[in-house]
Amino acid sequence: MKHSIKLSAAALVVASLALQGCNDGDDDMAATPQAFTVEITNLTHHQPFAPTAVILHEAGYHSYQLGSMASDALEQLAESGDNSELLSMAQANEHVNDTASGQGLIAPGNSETIQMQGLGGDHRLSLSAMLVNSNDGFLGIDAAHLGELGVNDSLVLYAQAFDAGTEMNDEDAAHVPGQSGEGYNSERNDRDFIGVHPGVVGMEDGLTSSALDQSHRFDNPVAKIVVRRTQ
Amino acid sequence: MNKTLSTLAILAALNASPALAQDLSVKITNLTNAIYFTPVLVAAHDDSAHLFMEGATASSNLQAMAEGGDISGLSTDIQALAGNVIENPAAGLLAPGDQTSFTMMTNDGNTHLSLTAMMLPTNDGFVGVDSLMLPTQAGTYTYYLNAYDAGTEANNEVINGGGAPGTLGIPVDPGAHSGTGATGLTSTEANTMIHIHRGNQGDSDTTGGSSDLNNSVHRWLNPVAQLIITVN
Repeated sequence: MKHSIKLSAAALVVASLALQGCNDGDDDMAATPQAFTVEITNLTHHQPFAPTAVILHEAGYHSYQLGSMASDALEQLAESGDNSELLSMAQANEHVNDTASGQGLIAPGNSETIQMQGLGGDHRLSLSAMLVNSNDGFLGIDAAHLGELGVNDSLVLYAQAFDAGTEMNDEDAAHVPGQSGEGYNSERNDRDFIGVHPGVVGMEDGLTSSALDQSHRFDNPVAKIVVRRTQ
Repeated sequence: MNKTLSTLAILAALNASPALAQDLSVKITNLTNAIYFTPVLVAAHDDSAHLFMEGATASSNLQAMAEGGDISGLSTDIQALAGNVIENPAAGLLAPGDQTSFTMMTNDGNTHLSLTAMMLPTNDGFVGVDSLMLPTQAGTYTYYLNAYDAGTEANNEVINGGGAPGTLGIPVDPGAHSGTGATGLTSTEANTMIHIHRGNQGDSDTTGGSSDLNNSVHRWLNPVAQLIITVN
């Protein structure tokens, strides 16, 4: 798991004031990181999740926006499961306080817990991960507000499956990573906006190009997320 | 300066009675893959009025909206109950991925919001919400809307121009992904009450088969729309 904590300019000023002995009591709070555990549970029948990209941030950052074009980084995550570009873009964003990647696939019915921490008091959580038995399906949480969580409080979120809109849903084994197919391809041959995933059709239900079957079908929500503030 | 002051005075007056008349900014986004929304009707009304109710029979005006996209009857109905309406904010079809934004002033007592729009191509599917209680505190609130089946027409998935109430068939696929020559999936509608739409089925035969819809294009899962309301 990789972490990068960014100190904002404001926090640095506060920290230096504290060092000069000007601590009036409020500075302690601003300079103490908040920490969270993020537990992700796969609620699907047969859609392993690729490593999750988890991002702790303040207002002003989004990994994706519904109805808008996917970034190239999100296209990579949604088509191949590779979250590295999305995380590196997030690390470079001034509103982002911490990023982490899941350690591996989360199998259906399984969970993974990821630790996050960052300075600041008004955090948001965004996360995304590919549904690997799809062309470009991913689960997402966009900027869930954590600002009102006290220490030991928790928040339950349910994630929906979205379609990146960058690759046609032919369900062909050649284009589905979970079926040993191709991952990222920069060509965009679908509608090119992010919407709710229309679901898996499958070979038994008349999609002749499909390598998927009834087991790969899903409905929303696809994941349960429990966020707990630990510090 | 005078203009600014008077605007501030009006804002102050509005803020003094937040539970009464409200100034709302509304944004609707179509989240589906390839389903268009026909003209949207948004209504603010009291806690007893409805455009539709889950598990109830569709009114004839609801049927006209769900089968052919005609919102005029529903709009007249809700205005007769002192509702505030916004008709057709997208000025036509709201395409997949597109959004429409507008402002809406509500009268005292119109504490709930409802919305309907036909989904194309479907037989009698519509996106809707019934009597969402409007928040009263200033802020931005996000809701997700589901697709309903009016229960008034069999989902035969045949595109034949049929949009008039009681005429079997789908008016058109605005996205032009449909086929032709389908024999029809079904001729019956088992649940004749308003219920959650089971979705389009479609097939992969563009010149025949049982459905004119495309099974890898025209399906959806809920939610089908995002509704963002900002209380100003």
